[in-house]
Amino acid sequence: MNEPVFIAGTGIISAIGNNVAECLDALENGRAGMGEMHQLDSLHRERLPVAEVKLSNEELAKLAGLPKTKSRTALLSMIAAKEALDHAAIPNISSLRCGFISANSVGGMDKTENFFTEFLPDNNKGRLRNVVDHECGSVTELVADALGIKDYISTISTACSSSANAIFFGARLIRNNIVDVVVAGGTDSLTKFTLNGFNTLMIVDEQFCQPFDENRRGLNLGEGAGYVVLVSEKIAATLKNKPQIILSGYCNANDAYHQTASSPEGTGSYLAMSGAIKKSGLKPGDIDYINLHGTGTQNNDIAEGTAIKRLFDPHYPKMSSTKTFTGHTLGASGGIEAVFSVLALQRGIIYPNLRLQTPMVDLPFVPERAFIKM
Amino acid sequence: MYIRSTGNISPQKTFGHQPLVDAVVYTGNRLACIEPDYKAFIDPKQIRRMSRIIRMGVAAAMECLQEAGIKEPDAIVTGTAYGCLEDTNLFLSKMVEFNEDLLTPTAFIQSTHNTIGAQIGLLLKSNHYNNTFVHRGFSFESALLDGMMLLNENEATNVLVGAIDEITNPSHAILNRMALYKQGPVSNLDIYKTRSRGTIAGEGSAFFLLAKEPSGKDYAKLDGLHTFYKPAGDSEIEEQLNAFLEKQGVKYNDIDLIITGNNGDAGGDKVYEQLAKSLFQNNDLINYKHLCGEYPTASAFAMWLGATVIRSGELPAVLNYTGSAGKKINRVLIYNHYLGIHHSLSLLSAC
Repeated sequence: MNEPVFIAGTGIISAIGNNVAECLDALENGRAGMGEMHQLDSLHRERLPVAEVKLSNEELAKLAGLPKTKSRTALLSMIAAKEALDHAAIPNISSLRCGFISANSVGGMDKTENFFTEFLPDNNKGRLRNVVDHECGSVTELVADALGIKDYISTISTACSSSANAIFFGARLIRNNIVDVVVAGGTDSLTKFTLNGFNTLMIVDEQFCQPFDENRRGLNLGEGAGYVVLVSEKIAATLKNKPQIILSGYCNANDAYHQTASSPEGTGSYLAMSGAIKKSGLKPGDIDYINLHGTGTQNNDIAEGTAIKRLFDPHYPKMSSTKTFTGHTLGASGGIEAVFSVLALQRGIIYPNLRLQTPMVDLPFVPERAFIKM
Repeated sequence: MYIRSTGNISPQKTFGHQPLVDAVVYTGNRLACIEPDYKAFIDPKQIRRMSRIIRMGVAAAMECLQEAGIKEPDAIVTGTAYGCLEDTNLFLSKMVEFNEDLLTPTAFIQSTHNTIGAQIGLLLKSNHYNNTFVHRGFSFESALLDGMMLLNENEATNVLVGAIDEITNPSHAILNRMALYKQGPVSNLDIYKTRSRGTIAGEGSAFFLLAKEPSGKDYAKLDGLHTFYKPAGDSEIEEQLNAFLEKQGVKYNDIDLIITGNNGDAGGDKVYEQLAKSLFQNNDLINYKHLCGEYPTASAFAMWLGATVIRSGELPAVLNYTGSAGKKINRVLIYNHYLGIHHSLSLLSAC
């Protein structure tokens, strides 16, 4: 039940690149992905910067090999999941039990919200093809079918922790001998529904976000998808490029403080981090890098920072929020940031926390400002 | 592992652990949950802030925990295909109507799929594991598997697992246009006789407390769970069934009752009719969707029914049981499929 689970492949698409190599280049060169809205048609275009993938649905569909009428969330998912599977290059994969665990927050909402403009005044109107993939699970199935995965398929939706939960559920499916290989991660495209929802919460930054800065103003929303291919030790041994990275610890904890706000003590973050470290058999002092949740909201960063202080003081690992590059990609963020963390381990690199000007006065540590090659 | 307690809000009078006696009869293609008086389970101030699906989810969960005598489970895992449709619809409609202006956050906050699991966690002030699966006709089965794995891994000694889905006017209108439901007046008691296209819409909230160890007052043992996706045909379904039972060390003759997911749709029911003549030919079979309607997490109602029949030993007339009277029901197999895409098998036995 505690055999190692290896990461055999990674795939990503985000505002800073359409694949792993492009994203790495942007991370090394400090190129953030936020800017003016071009793909999403929203009233807030002039006011709210977003971190969009720089391709139209037509262009994404071509890359994904899916119809351009499908949800952008599915198109993004397919591109990143396919890259991860190709990267893993598992021979005779059709003879193995293969799973696809994908997360997203609002399924095919990008299509549903257009459907609703016609449907709302008259329930007999609106093209059904725009609502047929509304369910979160439909987005997953479009991609699973295109990838030819059918042995175990599921979808997780727990808001911003969705794809972190998907990845460790995938690892547990391997440890419980239900599958041999799992593609796990998450996807989300920008939608008016989500943008307006976060806007009503008054936590969207009108400038580029500044996580862990004393004068932070909020988050920028982003979109994308990130997946890892997880394999059992037995499968890992058969691969030409033997995987070096192990998923050794994970934990899900509930802050149970407020529906949208973190507790001031960061109880949920503290319990999740300490639980994951304990599960891996490590000590806090063994950790070299924290890829922060780091959204840039007042509430998140102080709660998360307080949890880090409680767990790591006085020996702090290096840390940074890569949301300073990708924006907050919600259901995709755990997947995208897992891929960044794998790359950090493989290449011995630490990413900068962009735009950090004034460190938070209540925290005794400062995230990295520059790209570091160890 | 053991099913220690249940909580079930459905279109039948299932809440409050009342025995299922007479079926509530509906004409028309939409069955609605019979909602209880929530005050015994939820603070009235909080009830007002909750949408209908959140109330139904929280109340069924609380009833389940009360019956088990557990204040805080080691984990809370929920499954829902559609999530909180009422709040989603509310926010979406206002956004369209007011052109992205004049919006308030409440409906958005409560529209996320994990709202029910989160609310239960919040009310219990529980920092424990909390997860939500949203995979169409596998939503409940994924949540159940997560719970079973947590018990296997010794990460938990008990887990609250539940499934919740609601019908709203817009969702019913859309699914009706997709030709899922029967047209014209039809009684829920007659759906298996019509041999026509479509089924009747249902909804429900069913929770279970799964425990690793017996308590002496459990409903049933949950021996196994298996799901399969888009089988190639009837022969693959038969192979999956045979392989599942072989892995469980159970023969068809060992099964006292099979609960199948017939929903009255002539096309979708074919596979159940085929199995009744082949693998299930010597078994006693009952249906359940005339009681709760069809919805992606209806299999949670079937699990409640199977567990209840095992514990009570009673097969009320509404189940149309045709086997020998007075037979002791020790082992129950549930076979359900949703739209021919999501197939699930669960095996329950007496403690």
